[in-house]
Amino acid sequence: MFGYYLDLALRSLKRNRVLTTLMVLALALGIGATITTLTVLRLLSGDPLPQKSAQLFYPQIDPNSKEGYIEGQTKPDSIMTYPDAMNLLRAQRGAHQAAMALTQAKIMPKQANARPFFGDAVMTTADFFTMFAAPFQYGGGWTAADDDNRAQLVVIASFLNDKLFGGANSVGRVIRIDDHDLRIVGVLKPWAPQPRFYAQDLGGRSYGDGDAVFLPLHTARAMKMGPQDIECYAAVPDVDHIETAPCEWLGVWVELNSAEAVTSYKAFLAGYVKQQVAMGRFQRSETSLLDLMGWLRQEQVVPDDVRLQAGLAFGFLLICVVNTVGLLLAKCLRRSQEIGVRRALGATRMEIFTQFMVEAGIVGLAGGVLGLLFAELGLLGIRHQPAQYASLAHLDLSMFLFTFVVALIASLIAGILPAWRACVLAPAPQLKAA
Amino acid sequence: MEIRPIEIRPILASLRKHRIPALLIVLEIALACAVLCNAVFMISKRVSDIQLPNAIDEQGLVTVTLRGTDDKLVGSDIPRNLVALRGIPGVQQVGITSSLPLSHNNWGWSFGVSPDSVIANQKNINVSLYFIGEGGDKALGLHVLQGRFFNADEFADSKFDTAPLPETHVVVMTQSAARQFWPTQPALGKTIYSKPYYYTVVGVVADVLRPNVYTQNTGKSYEAVYFPMSAGGSKGAFSYYILRGAAQDRERIMREAEQKLADLNPAAVAKGKIYMDIRHDYFADMSSMAWMLVLVCVVMLAVTAFGIVGLTSFWVGQRRRQIGIRRAVGATRGHIMQYFQTENFLLTAAGVLLGMALAFGINIYLLQHYEMERMPWYYLPGGAIALWLLGQIAVFGPARRASSVPPVVATRSV
Repeated sequence: MFGYYLDLALRSLKRNRVLTTLMVLALALGIGATITTLTVLRLLSGDPLPQKSAQLFYPQIDPNSKEGYIEGQTKPDSIMTYPDAMNLLRAQRGAHQAAMALTQAKIMPKQANARPFFGDAVMTTADFFTMFAAPFQYGGGWTAADDDNRAQLVVIASFLNDKLFGGANSVGRVIRIDDHDLRIVGVLKPWAPQPRFYAQDLGGRSYGDGDAVFLPLHTARAMKMGPQDIECYAAVPDVDHIETAPCEWLGVWVELNSAEAVTSYKAFLAGYVKQQVAMGRFQRSETSLLDLMGWLRQEQVVPDDVRLQAGLAFGFLLICVVNTVGLLLAKCLRRSQEIGVRRALGATRMEIFTQFMVEAGIVGLAGGVLGLLFAELGLLGIRHQPAQYASLAHLDLSMFLFTFVVALIASLIAGILPAWRACVLAPAPQLKAA
Repeated sequence: MEIRPIEIRPILASLRKHRIPALLIVLEIALACAVLCNAVFMISKRVSDIQLPNAIDEQGLVTVTLRGTDDKLVGSDIPRNLVALRGIPGVQQVGITSSLPLSHNNWGWSFGVSPDSVIANQKNINVSLYFIGEGGDKALGLHVLQGRFFNADEFADSKFDTAPLPETHVVVMTQSAARQFWPTQPALGKTIYSKPYYYTVVGVVADVLRPNVYTQNTGKSYEAVYFPMSAGGSKGAFSYYILRGAAQDRERIMREAEQKLADLNPAAVAKGKIYMDIRHDYFADMSSMAWMLVLVCVVMLAVTAFGIVGLTSFWVGQRRRQIGIRRAVGATRGHIMQYFQTENFLLTAAGVLLGMALAFGINIYLLQHYEMERMPWYYLPGGAIALWLLGQIAVFGPARRASSVPPVVATRSV
């Protein structure tokens, strides 16, 4: 029976070529716009570290003065002072913990006549690599002892290793950064969490290739490398020694592997702040411990514009669906006589309904195929945009399948009303009119 | 020729018989109207942001950033570099500054107007700080509105000690910043404080943008102050060399200046850019969003128009006989055209009424969930008129076809 409906539907669609083309085109445009914007939205709201994000937490405390503080409402600051970050690290309450700040590293290639260039750099502590599961191509990270000793060493990204050493194992070789010689202890495999969650509030970009070099925090500071972002909350007597200044410039991440660990870390954080208040260092006692995805949500990492575009695309798809309902209805009412004849010859209402739904489904599938083409075109356009995430916008298999699901659902919804109108037509008047 | 008033009653009667198609057209127009009003509002907001005025000579300005220099040598390196840049043909002015409008490189600080103001005071006003070397005002093309720019002594005496604020006591601020600090009084001669530092206003310049603008509050985007700074005391704060020349020379000047600075400072990284590109890059995301909105609006209107054409054509086809009868009993072609045009007008009217309410509702929703402003009232009638026009254009073709139905159709059986 289905084959017969298919044949009928194709015949009917062929009879009204212009109308059919209009329907398919409108539906395809709506679907293309929706899939394009949803792909970008999914890209931006994705999980940067799917295996570990549930165990990574971002503690926040607030060293600001009492002025302007509303209990229970004022959120703690997003970065920390050096003493607080070090206190949290030394307490060792998580499975792993690391403090970090972003900076720019001037890298001097060894070749004669080569010009220096700047690369994104992270100043951090030993646990960074294990905690974030950053994979090594060669060598490994550094130890807590290296942190304390200000060891002159560095971990570099694979793209930097390709650029400077042609991709060879460069562990043990020396690289000149900010006019200091540092020994390479590790080379990462290509690793660039999207978004770069740990850079969110440290003044860095969210998307892109990732960082080029990773240096021990104390080593970098001894080389006078400054953090990208500094927030000060009191008069600053000496900006060169930000370790002792009333300024925040470090982010701290901890790895907590169980619900109990999270609860106990929260208690620890509250206790720490209470202690600081008692000592007179702090005046606010608000704390926060968000997991990675919660932190990204709070940071509103997905730009408003992208969410607006997705909303707009859905509005547009809705218009296209209404449009298809209208055109399908027009087509089916024009065929009242044909329906009357079929009903008189014994077709049930259900059969007429199915016949028209099959027709709508075909329009949907055709719209889906064409919509996929429009989505690819749309994504091609997005990749030529200046946004940081632009180059990552690609259609994956799940979105590919999702396109057809959307197309079918949209067309079937559009088909219900016309199919219902068709199947409730009384056969007799139609036959008489003919 | 006799002019008859357009009869609405028969139109309404016939629409009642075709309730569902009529309702679909109304719904489609309502949705299109709602989306159109909000999209056009968003476009206009972005266009006005992209065009934010900036009182510097944007057209002729070229900048070269020089980073990775040795802080101990800047006292001699900067004057030497400036002399070299001045030698480039076509360069009228050169200068050096810590940051530029729209460069994303922001150095912010909060000041108050009373002597006991400290940085943490909530009432303080956060401004962007620009440190500028001698001649920088002329290179940028700043317009002094009141007072004066810094004199040679003030440039030479200003330096950084260990604090992030300069050891000087003079400041020049933008008009917006002056109005923010002293809304009712002239700023000239007044003092801003951040204990233990204080700076007296010696001049007010026309509004220059901050390194980052605030799209929600464009007035705030201009709250910036200028401090004088000597090359020797700049401690690495100076990284933007600025050159001014004729607009047609700027690309060449940029390349030559970048080359010159790179040659003179082999250990540092020089990067040239014309100012118009800095501006363009800053607003690139915004302008691509605006273009995408324009595209969606155009396609949406086209789809709506085709929908109207499709449904009206179907209607016309269905009513060939009735049209023939009307023609046979004396209706002119004009009357038939008028009939369909009026019908479309009524449907669109119902659609835009619903659409305006919907547009308003969407705006309220966006207001609560996104960084969005209230839509001015005139967008609603504007959207309504646009859709009325669209409806009339779309219906013209089918209505003409209807009017060309010959009266003889009435006498034939279908």
